[in-house]
Amino acid sequence: MIPESFDYQRAGSVREALALLKQHGDEAKILAGGHSLVPTMKLRLATPGTLIDIGGISELKYINDKGDYLAIGAGTTHWMVESSSLVQQKAPALSQAAAQIGDVQVRNRGTIGGVLAHSDPQADYPGVVLALNATIIAEGSGGERTIEAADYFTGLWETALGDNEILTEVRIPTDSANANSCYLKFPQPASRYPYVGCAVAMDKSGGNCSDVRVGFSGVAESAFRDDGVEDAIRGQALNDDTIAAASAKSAEGRSVLSDYFVSEEYRRAMAQVYAKRALTQLS
Amino acid sequence: MGDLIGKSVKRVEDNRFIKGEGKYTDDFNMDNQTHAVYVRSPHAHANIKGVDTSKAEALDGVVKVFTGQDIADAGIVGSICGWQVDFKNGDTMKEPGHPIMVADKVRHVGDAVALVIAESKNIARDAAGLVEVNYEVLDAVVNPKEAAQDGAPLVHDDVPNNTIYDWELGNKEETDAAFEKAHHITELSYHNQKLVPNAIEPRAALGHFDSNEDKYTLYTTSQNPHLARLVIGAFVLSIPEHKLRVISPDVGGGFGSKIFVYNDECGVLWAAKQIGRPVKWTADRTEAFFTDCHGRDHVTDAKIALDKEGKIIGLRTKTYASLGAYLSNFSSCVPTYLHGTLMQGLYTTPAIHVDVTAVVTHTVPVDALRGAGRPEATYGIERLVETAAREIGMDPAEFRLKNFIPPFDGVKQPGYQTQVALQYDSGNYEGALKKALKNANYEKLKKDRDKARAEGKLLGIGFSTYIEACGIAPSAVVGSLGARVGLYDAASIRVHPTGKVTIYSGAHSHGQGHETTFSQIVADSFGIGMEDVNVVHGDTESVPFGMGTYGSRSLAVCGSAIMKSVDKVKEKGARIAAHKLECSPDDLEFANGSWTVKGTDKSVGFGDVALTAYVPHSYPENEEPGLDFASFYDPANFVFPFGAHICVVEVDKETGQVKIVRYVTVDDAGNIINPMIVDGQVHGGVAHGIGQALYEGAVYDDSGQLLNGSMLDYCMPRADNFPMFETDTTVTPCPHNPLGVKGIGEAGTIGSTPAVVNAVIDALSDYGVKDLQMPLTPQSVWAAMQS
Repeated sequence: MIPESFDYQRAGSVREALALLKQHGDEAKILAGGHSLVPTMKLRLATPGTLIDIGGISELKYINDKGDYLAIGAGTTHWMVESSSLVQQKAPALSQAAAQIGDVQVRNRGTIGGVLAHSDPQADYPGVVLALNATIIAEGSGGERTIEAADYFTGLWETALGDNEILTEVRIPTDSANANSCYLKFPQPASRYPYVGCAVAMDKSGGNCSDVRVGFSGVAESAFRDDGVEDAIRGQALNDDTIAAASAKSAEGRSVLSDYFVSEEYRRAMAQVYAKRALTQLS
Repeated sequence: MGDLIGKSVKRVEDNRFIKGEGKYTDDFNMDNQTHAVYVRSPHAHANIKGVDTSKAEALDGVVKVFTGQDIADAGIVGSICGWQVDFKNGDTMKEPGHPIMVADKVRHVGDAVALVIAESKNIARDAAGLVEVNYEVLDAVVNPKEAAQDGAPLVHDDVPNNTIYDWELGNKEETDAAFEKAHHITELSYHNQKLVPNAIEPRAALGHFDSNEDKYTLYTTSQNPHLARLVIGAFVLSIPEHKLRVISPDVGGGFGSKIFVYNDECGVLWAAKQIGRPVKWTADRTEAFFTDCHGRDHVTDAKIALDKEGKIIGLRTKTYASLGAYLSNFSSCVPTYLHGTLMQGLYTTPAIHVDVTAVVTHTVPVDALRGAGRPEATYGIERLVETAAREIGMDPAEFRLKNFIPPFDGVKQPGYQTQVALQYDSGNYEGALKKALKNANYEKLKKDRDKARAEGKLLGIGFSTYIEACGIAPSAVVGSLGARVGLYDAASIRVHPTGKVTIYSGAHSHGQGHETTFSQIVADSFGIGMEDVNVVHGDTESVPFGMGTYGSRSLAVCGSAIMKSVDKVKEKGARIAAHKLECSPDDLEFANGSWTVKGTDKSVGFGDVALTAYVPHSYPENEEPGLDFASFYDPANFVFPFGAHICVVEVDKETGQVKIVRYVTVDDAGNIINPMIVDGQVHGGVAHGIGQALYEGAVYDDSGQLLNGSMLDYCMPRADNFPMFETDTTVTPCPHNPLGVKGIGEAGTIGSTPAVVNAVIDALSDYGVKDLQMPLTPQSVWAAMQS
């Protein structure tokens, strides 16, 4: 388990990291917590010529209440997200997802920005940031730009980040739906990545669902918002029948991952089960 | 005896282990050392059309690249098979060659084709990537049953139908007759799937040839360093034994996979001589998946026959067992003498016939893995028994109690002669099951299950009552069955002048806690403290020729050798004491660390006698100085631990996930030296067996690729998969060894797998599910509920 040799640069600031990225071009990779990138390097599936380590940049580690949204620095570890009372109150789905990533060691090193930049289809966070309607902040030489979560995940391992951009912040709206959100996960027993990870944020009025956002991780090539489920339950009274009917729409019409362990049929069925459980939990 | 035996003395070795300060093979380094990386086949079956090492050799820091051709040119054979099992018709077992590296053809993913040696491990790894091998890919066969069919791709050209031997045991005619007259027949077909051992420490070797002394040294990860020295020296590399020292320092687990002498380690030692520098190699986790011998891989059709009263009257199995691509050291005895001989189980079944066809396939070699043959046998018997009981509407516990062999202690009542060659030493099978039923509160449990079912929850209860043969093994018996080694063990006890003691053990711990258990029995025997005893093991230069640790044998066999040496020390000590006390040795009794003249207060202590033995100024006539004895112990019989396991599961109706709610064990390992260590072994064993039932299993595609060859995909059991195990014991001493001990290292693994599967099938009874293939993944359980 020895990676190919590589150069290592430690950036002291985002600006310095961007300069290094520009200097080293295509052969460079940003290293944050390293818990996705380093294993693939050890297997020689990834062979970057240069690693630019942003893991030590303290200006990227924060969780701040900005009123309309929570600002979470890209370098914030899963443990910080998991244990933040702010996140637990304003976006419980995010802290629940963080708490179910890997093990304690991974959560102490791995970062939210790293996961989102890596865009592993098996990761937990992507479906959650979709359901929470998050905004991704990317910084490049031309300055900062915002990317809606809905536009961010573009495919397997693919994101809307530019070649010379660094993901710096995730913004989670502090709306009432996000305060009533959850993340339920059916883990692959070995890797504990989600076979199915279902995040739901829901607004209720009376016994009805007034608005809802449903995001899935692990089900398809990239995380997605499931408007089929959303449309079926939005405006409906929340009961076993409406929830069953809505969750039956899970991943409908979408291409779903399939492997020797989990067939497409089973994964679809589990997406429905977890959507049902999540909707029921928030009702 | 003192008061240490039977106490949960804390493990003395844990002082270093829990601090991360154990010394493992990879922790050792030598001056001028080089580093090796093997180039391995990415294909399961391919002709090698050419190997180009020029780019690798050109890389700065590369010392040498060897290929399979170099091995062929050197005329080196490779590791050997240590047990000959011939065909039914008398034809000799097929033994295809297994070169250290192959020159012409690869036969499994991971087969070694070249060895790169460099100044650093990183350079070696980079250079390995530059070795260009031109493969012509061929069709592969991975399923044991398919491998034996006409037209299957051949693993070795000289092994027709890929069949290494066929073999049978028991009485075919009587078994046929039993099935003719059966009132009820239960049939199952099952696959004891291929398991990857995954010891936490990967295999490693550090080889050195000292030209001044004309002597080799090999540090390696071995459960049996003397066996390694014998095989490497006498068979693979033709090194005289006195010119080869094998050192196996701390070993980080093995589960059997470090019994075997692998070609990789032999190659390292050979290469060290060729280049005149030490060579170090440590497998990475990927290599562990692709080269450590796997376990199980038996495909079996099995039946039992019952009479009207529900008594078992016959049992028949037909197994296709894969040995993988090559014959590892003990591969041939696992499906036969460690499997067929266990088919009696705990029952009075009067007619048994076992038929085994052993084949080679294009997969990683298969050999002993925790339990080795006995889990496969127990799985079949216990699944059949439970299924049969349900089919005839009898409670599975009651069915077992009705069919158990009655209690026998092996002293007043003779041992139990089975239909399949073994003679059980002592047993009280109903005692273990009844205790387990009581501990589980079975009557209440059944009510709880029915109540849960009524509420729509899928609760299931499963049993397993197992026996195993361990304490391997009487040399004459195994020799008559084809073993090419003796299976005694050896131990020396050196009493130092101040009365401190060193035990030199032929057994070698890879996690079992020998330093504690052996110290307890010796300290107790001499009436001294734990701190007065230490254990040396793992170095062929200092320990006597013992056969190592596997088959739950260390205490029963090596412990007995230790006790023989203890007796010799005591005997000689008594003569020295008698001289000091001016009496006859017969007048003395030994207790609490002193020899005392019976009926008096005249005594002399163990330390005094030790000092006298080494400062023999006033000393018995014709007595040699010193207090230092070696003993060999060849067991009179196997030992036969047994037990009863009860598993309670809840199946998630919607997802098929299985949750183990309770796990109750009553194991009988004879007398117990350290209850905490026994408990720990049961915990680990049960977890391992549940792993086979629910999580583990090597998955190959048709081309022979291992699809789950990493920890991301291959699911090992973890602590959060389990409830707290509820363990207990009964004690039925072994009648034929000095400590009355049996063995416990494998018992949990052997007992647990069928208990879990039986419980899941019980939980699914409303769905009419009679059988499922392991591992019982959520998907397979869910699919069974859909159909």
